[in-house]
Amino acid sequence: MELEKYFRENKLPHIWCPGCGHGTVMSSIIRGIDKAGWDPNKVVVVSGIGCSSRAPGYMDFNTLHTVHGRAIAFATGIKLANPELKVIVLTGDGDGAAIGGNHLIHACRRNIGIKVVLFNNYIYGMTSGQYSPMTPEGSLATTSPYGNIEPPFDLCELTKSANANFVARGTVYHTRPLISYMEKAFAKDGFSYVEAISQCPTYYGRRNRLKSPVEMLEWQKKNSVDIKKAADMEPEELQGKIVTGIFADREKEEYTARYDRLISEIQGGKK
Amino acid sequence: MSERVSLMQGNEASVEGALDAGVRFYAGYPITPSSEVAEDFAAKLPPLGGKFIQMEDEIASMAAIVGASLAGKKAVTATSGPGFSLKQEIIGFANMIEAPCVVINVQRAGPSTGLPTSPAQGDMMQARWGTHGDHPALAVAPSSVADTYLLTFQAVNWAERFRMPVMVMLDETIGHLREKVILPSREEMIIVNRKHPQGSPQSFQPYDIEDEDLIPPLPPYGSGYRFHTTGLYHDETGFPANRPEITKRLLDRLHDKIDRYKETLYLYDSFGLRQANQLIISYGGAARSAKAAWRIAREKGLLVGLLILKTIWPFPEEIVAQAGHDKNNIVVAEMNRGQLIGEVERIMDKRIPIRGAQRADGVLITPEQILAQLEGVN
Repeated sequence: MELEKYFRENKLPHIWCPGCGHGTVMSSIIRGIDKAGWDPNKVVVVSGIGCSSRAPGYMDFNTLHTVHGRAIAFATGIKLANPELKVIVLTGDGDGAAIGGNHLIHACRRNIGIKVVLFNNYIYGMTSGQYSPMTPEGSLATTSPYGNIEPPFDLCELTKSANANFVARGTVYHTRPLISYMEKAFAKDGFSYVEAISQCPTYYGRRNRLKSPVEMLEWQKKNSVDIKKAADMEPEELQGKIVTGIFADREKEEYTARYDRLISEIQGGKK
Repeated sequence: MSERVSLMQGNEASVEGALDAGVRFYAGYPITPSSEVAEDFAAKLPPLGGKFIQMEDEIASMAAIVGASLAGKKAVTATSGPGFSLKQEIIGFANMIEAPCVVINVQRAGPSTGLPTSPAQGDMMQARWGTHGDHPALAVAPSSVADTYLLTFQAVNWAERFRMPVMVMLDETIGHLREKVILPSREEMIIVNRKHPQGSPQSFQPYDIEDEDLIPPLPPYGSGYRFHTTGLYHDETGFPANRPEITKRLLDRLHDKIDRYKETLYLYDSFGLRQANQLIISYGGAARSAKAAWRIAREKGLLVGLLILKTIWPFPEEIVAQAGHDKNNIVVAEMNRGQLIGEVERIMDKRIPIRGAQRADGVLITPEQILAQLEGVN
């Protein structure tokens, strides 16, 4: 596959640390876009602030690196202004689940045709290791030096409840399923959410007894449970596990299509 | 080509002005006393094929209009004090990436929730310095319903021409004022659109100044000109560049693109300046009382001039200096604890007495309060 054409090769190598999982997530996204067969001129990739949000700079599309937490709101304006654009939001567990959480649930509710990929490395990497709303309980971070006492968000369950058309979670270790989730998400007209479990060896692994990127990937392998298998497991058994798979796959009418239908009805004198 | 005569409210007039200037996108969040702006856009945009969206919060509204602008639409949001505070970060982002957009702020008394339905002009300095960092600002303040139409139209044109956010600083007085307006015909209104690049997509650099007017062209998403945009300091390519000379070059250009044209941006009305030894300066809703005060003073035989500022930022320094340099009393009338009076003091000769006629209790300033600051009124 000729994937180089989707990258701004003069902007590589990337700024991510050695062993970071974000490059794998980015390449999975690129494979998803390639499969979708989109014209790069019609693709807009929007991000917020954080390690994940640096990805658009390497990708040769229309790319917009915005402010912290608001990428989905910018993307909503872009998609609504010109529905023919393919709009992807790249965000992280801090950017998307903390400061940007409200925009995420409202984009789900509207079912606007934005594809959100959340890079979940369980930590604020760009600001050097504070706990996020997705950091597991007990984890050490610079702002949870005695262990995190907050339960983490399950954003797949949240986005599913909030009316997202497509919801999936994969890991960087299980690359092929992750790519297939990207492909399915991008093929949808409505709102899609894909959570990619990534690893941050620098700020999460070293503090939490996962001494190398390899150990972190092995942790992903060991702790992942397919959603079908998870359905037969008790909540206690699922503690600390990563449930992977497709959480929602629906075909509700997409928001901008619904909007265009409204405009036609008004202009046709039906309203 | 005939004039348009109608009875209109200030908030409605801002919508009319925006639509006539080509605005086809609105994102907002309900807030008093600006809600009529949203309601009017909600009714009028879809029949025109435009888009209205009520976002989940004020910040999202600001983000959505910047996104829509980059997708090629002329875009507006409206708010009031608390919402204006929330939007500030993205106003700075729009300044930095040079995204054309218009923010209508129907001011109410603050700080905090303050007096939601009462008039004030307490956000004038926030319009200048509300977002962090050094940046230029463009803001207008209408003092009539007709002005609201014309200045909102102008704000959209300026946003497109200068590629930056422009503030329309209404206040509750003018926003909710309903009065007869006589507007020029639509044919007389000249619409300005952002520049499109002349070169090929392959050679396109988003922040390259093609024709040396200091304002780069802006192609819409989807047009084949693919580029990167960031709120980080960036070079002509649009990519981050953490070098002092590039930081300076961008920051200088962001200011120079307004400074170079500032004298063409000064909009104001003046009355009786030449035969005057005293001067009243006012703007927005307070200017209505200032005009009444000026008329009463004239009837009393006092030699008073009146300067009503329509452009607030950039502050019309040369206009104010010219109007005030030969006066022996300057009264700045505003509905706050003294915001633009500081600008007047900054630029005037220190020997000229400058007095504030100020009111910040949620009630429209009266002509009598302004008259009281003039010399020779008994």
